[in-house]
Amino acid sequence: MSLLHIENLNVSYGAIRAVKGISFDVEEGEIVTLIGANGAGKTTTLNTIAGLLKPTPYSQITFNDKSLIGIPAHTIVSKGIALCPEGRRVFTGMSVQDNLDMGAFTRDDAEAAETIEKVFESFPRLKERRNQSAGTLSGGEQQMLAMGRALMSKPKLLMLDEPSMGLAPILVQEIFEIIKRLHSQGTTILLVEQNAQMALSVADRAYVLETGKISMSGPARELLEDDRVKKAYLGG
Amino acid sequence: MEILTNLINGMSLGSVYAIIALGYTMVYGIAKMLNFAHGDVIMVGAYICFCAISYLGLPAIAAVLLAVVGCTVLGIVVERLAYKPLRDAPSLNVLITAIGVSYFLQNAALIIMGSDPKSFSSIISLPALRLFDGKLVISATTVLTIVACVVVMVALTFFTTKTKMGKAMRACSEDRGAATLMGINVNSTISMVFAIGSGLAAIAGVLLCSAYPTLMPTTGSMPGIKAFTAAVLGGIGSIPGAALGGVLLGIIEIFARAYIGTQIADAVVFAVLIVMLLIRPAGLLGKDIHEKV
Ligand SMILES: Nc1ncnc2c1ncn2[C@@H]1O[C@H](COP(=O)(O)OP(=O)(O)OP(=O)(O)O)[C@@H](O)[C@H]1O
Ligand SMILES: [Mg+2]
Repeated sequence: MSLLHIENLNVSYGAIRAVKGISFDVEEGEIVTLIGANGAGKTTTLNTIAGLLKPTPYSQITFNDKSLIGIPAHTIVSKGIALCPEGRRVFTGMSVQDNLDMGAFTRDDAEAAETIEKVFESFPRLKERRNQSAGTLSGGEQQMLAMGRALMSKPKLLMLDEPSMGLAPILVQEIFEIIKRLHSQGTTILLVEQNAQMALSVADRAYVLETGKISMSGPARELLEDDRVKKAYLGG
Repeated sequence: MEILTNLINGMSLGSVYAIIALGYTMVYGIAKMLNFAHGDVIMVGAYICFCAISYLGLPAIAAVLLAVVGCTVLGIVVERLAYKPLRDAPSLNVLITAIGVSYFLQNAALIIMGSDPKSFSSIISLPALRLFDGKLVISATTVLTIVACVVVMVALTFFTTKTKMGKAMRACSEDRGAATLMGINVNSTISMVFAIGSGLAAIAGVLLCSAYPTLMPTTGSMPGIKAFTAAVLGGIGSIPGAALGGVLLGIIEIFARAYIGTQIADAVVFAVLIVMLLIRPAGLLGKDIHEKV
């Protein structure tokens, strides 16, 4: 059984149906990417898995063979799923250290102390700025903080929602290097990206989301060569 | 000496406002609502203390503790029953509900305790402090009120900056969704803040009635409104702001009473708020809203 299994997922905002019966899987150790245009429903999908949104009845979300439907949102993280949300959403009024501590909210302090050293290894800049208020970090540093914060829960599955958004090309490169490194250390990753080129080049498999439905799926390498994908998402 | 006396009395009254304002501001910070019933919790706290001493014959300390526990429970119950169902409702609905809760508490007190004012005997039976060969006399109530405010401030600052739950509370007030992603139970955190705010209101009620010993069902409303003013003055949502705003407001009120006139003192207090809102809408220590992209 796959680590994450989504079947017939439907999510609505009032009368607006944002996700219309999608199904997909993430196997342990994979990087899976969801790509798609603005408004396709990528963020809605991740937020629903993380518990922030409730899917409509008959939707199935299974993680580690256990259903996540109907359990309180704040208990999802202790099941081993962390979301690094769109727009980073770091706690700007709190220090870098406190943000990371919040990431380990459900864990005991001794375990968290070990994890924070690993996070600082991945993001040395956060260590230098640990006492600085998160609101004063640059956009790239805030993204690293958001990722570090998500890693503090030591997730089995890390979901990243547009980690490269609004970053300079050099930083985008850096973020993707980090994604690759996290993957090689054994973290399973579900990646949502606008930057389809980059996403497809690091991912094992990919799903293309179009107005709430999956229109294509397959090994990332194949989609990278696919004419329709090239035309719609890779700029020619 | 007169100025000094007024200043100290102002600080003492301001300390009461500050303790109430802290509850206002913390609840606003996390629940994003103005809990207009907060002032009436003060009244409930004072009545509990009054009854515990007059009818049950409890010692002062026990009576205060009972008031704190009673108000804490009241705060949690009110939040659960009245505000929690409206978590995602428009803020106007919540505001009207809060006003309803305020009337409910006042009328419940009216039915249970009657409309005649109760004379609250100060729970503080320590001798007054005499300074400068007796030229400056400060009552023990005044001193204790200021001390209580300082203690509350220090404790809250420690709680919100050093403890896990306190930080979680700040995380919830910044971004509930992100806090949920961290595994923080937003509902129980909001509950906790109502509990803390209401417990503080009980302390404020006892201190207020020790200084101004007439206790009626409406006793809490004016201090409640002034504490709200103090919270806005200091910057709503800001804990040091509430303390600063409260103390400033108390001093302004006492000086206005002494040098301008008793009748006009309240008008002066609210005029200060209006001027403040014109010059610095975010309040003295309030954050200007800015976001980084
Ligand atoms: N809070 C909301 N209320 C109503 N509709 C919403 C809300 N959030 C999203 N939607 C709608 O749901 C659809 C999917 O939005 P979603 O944010 O999931 O897209 P996305 O694929 O993440 O897009 P982007 O690449 O721009 O981030 C869109 O049509 C959007 O307008
Ligand atoms: Mg999105």
